[in-house]
Amino acid sequence: MNAELRILTVSQLSRHIKGLMDRDELLSGVLIRGEISNYKMYPSGHHYFTLKDADSALRCVMFRGDAVRLRFRPENGMQVIAAGRVSVFPRDGQYQLYCVDLTPEGAGRLQVAFEQMKRRLQAEGLFDPANKKPLPTYPGRIALVTSPAGAAVRDMLRILRARWPMSRVLVVPVRVQGEQAAEEIAAAIDYVNYYDLGDLIITGRGGGSVEDLWAFNEEPVARAVFNSEIPVISAVGHEPDVTISDFVADLRAATPSNAAELAVPDRAEVEKHVQQLGCRLLRAVEQPVAAARLRLEQLRRSRVLTDPAAGIREKRLLLDYQSGKLLYGMEQALAAQRQRMGRLAAALDALSPLKVLGRGYAIARDENGRVLSGVRQIEPGDKFDLRLVDGTLACRVEERKCL
Amino acid sequence: MATKKLDFEQSMARLEEIVALLEKGEAPLEQSLALFEEGTKLMANCSALLDKAEQKVSLLKVGDQGQPEEVPFDTEE
Repeated sequence: MNAELRILTVSQLSRHIKGLMDRDELLSGVLIRGEISNYKMYPSGHHYFTLKDADSALRCVMFRGDAVRLRFRPENGMQVIAAGRVSVFPRDGQYQLYCVDLTPEGAGRLQVAFEQMKRRLQAEGLFDPANKKPLPTYPGRIALVTSPAGAAVRDMLRILRARWPMSRVLVVPVRVQGEQAAEEIAAAIDYVNYYDLGDLIITGRGGGSVEDLWAFNEEPVARAVFNSEIPVISAVGHEPDVTISDFVADLRAATPSNAAELAVPDRAEVEKHVQQLGCRLLRAVEQPVAAARLRLEQLRRSRVLTDPAAGIREKRLLLDYQSGKLLYGMEQALAAQRQRMGRLAAALDALSPLKVLGRGYAIARDENGRVLSGVRQIEPGDKFDLRLVDGTLACRVEERKCL
Repeated sequence: MATKKLDFEQSMARLEEIVALLEKGEAPLEQSLALFEEGTKLMANCSALLDKAEQKVSLLKVGDQGQPEEVPFDTEE
């Protein structure tokens, strides 16, 4: 044994090692990739876990002050990159990582970014149902902000053509994945709005990985969709894929095909609807016409018109009875009734069909003198007479048009 | 009312409005007949629009001045 060797206490040794490590530049700020295991959160708020890879393990502690800043909940099995410094915990003689930040790797990282964006935009009101615009029922112009290549645009065009060929479709070509995609999509939506190129915008793409669909989770797209004056349908990926633009859009479609179905009505159904409106229109107008006809008929049948003299007789008898001055009364009555007769005659005259003719109406009679009141009472080629106010026109039916 | 200038959406909206007005049955005869006539024209307009309907698909091209231009989009594979 070398006499020059000092005898150290355990604590002294620990302090020495700790000193070495704390002065080491690499250990004072490291990033370490590994998988979380044995994760525990203590009531103190400090988090303890082990980072491991295939061959090694590293004890880690994350103090409460750093842990509360995490935007995700670390779980066992999660691949992360931990940032911190490595030092010794003298009590156990163990070195450990004093972790100050954790970042999930791979899909986890995206998931975290997604959740963060969602939370932020939601707080800002971008998903608020009150801000959703109603979609046009029969859009005339539809702008597809999507890739001009690929199946999604073909699917949409096929369905739009089958259901609602009356619409004009404008394909606004953009890249739907990669670095520039989000900016391009956002710019295209702004552009369609600026030049008013559609009544409705569908933006989206076909299925892909989370990374492929990522542009639709980015803030520029979310803001462009939110700011669009034109209603927007978001149609990204397959049914289970949900993107930020789905939340902001006025309507979320499960797929591009679904977007096309939601965007337009079915032509056959609309045709049926138009026909139904036509029937209702006819039925509705028949009522006032029938009511007016009935009133006219009642007037025509009223006694004063069918038997004007009856009124006179009654009046006369009444007068006779009341006055007792028969002759005088009769003369008076006659004079009065003569005047009244004159008025009635004028009224009758006004109601005469001939007077009506003077207002531009005409009476059509077939060759047998029967009055024509409907187009089905006469056949094309038949002759008929048209009585106008000042004479009669001999006519022939060219064509029958039913209302 | 110049029915020709209305697009399908507007025509349908007006047609539905007219049918509702007539069905209320409050309009006097002359007004009813005028509405009916307008309605039949709108119907004819909508039917004609539904009948012609050959979908036009274009691709947006941005012009030199940044203005929108449309070129035919080949809808076949």
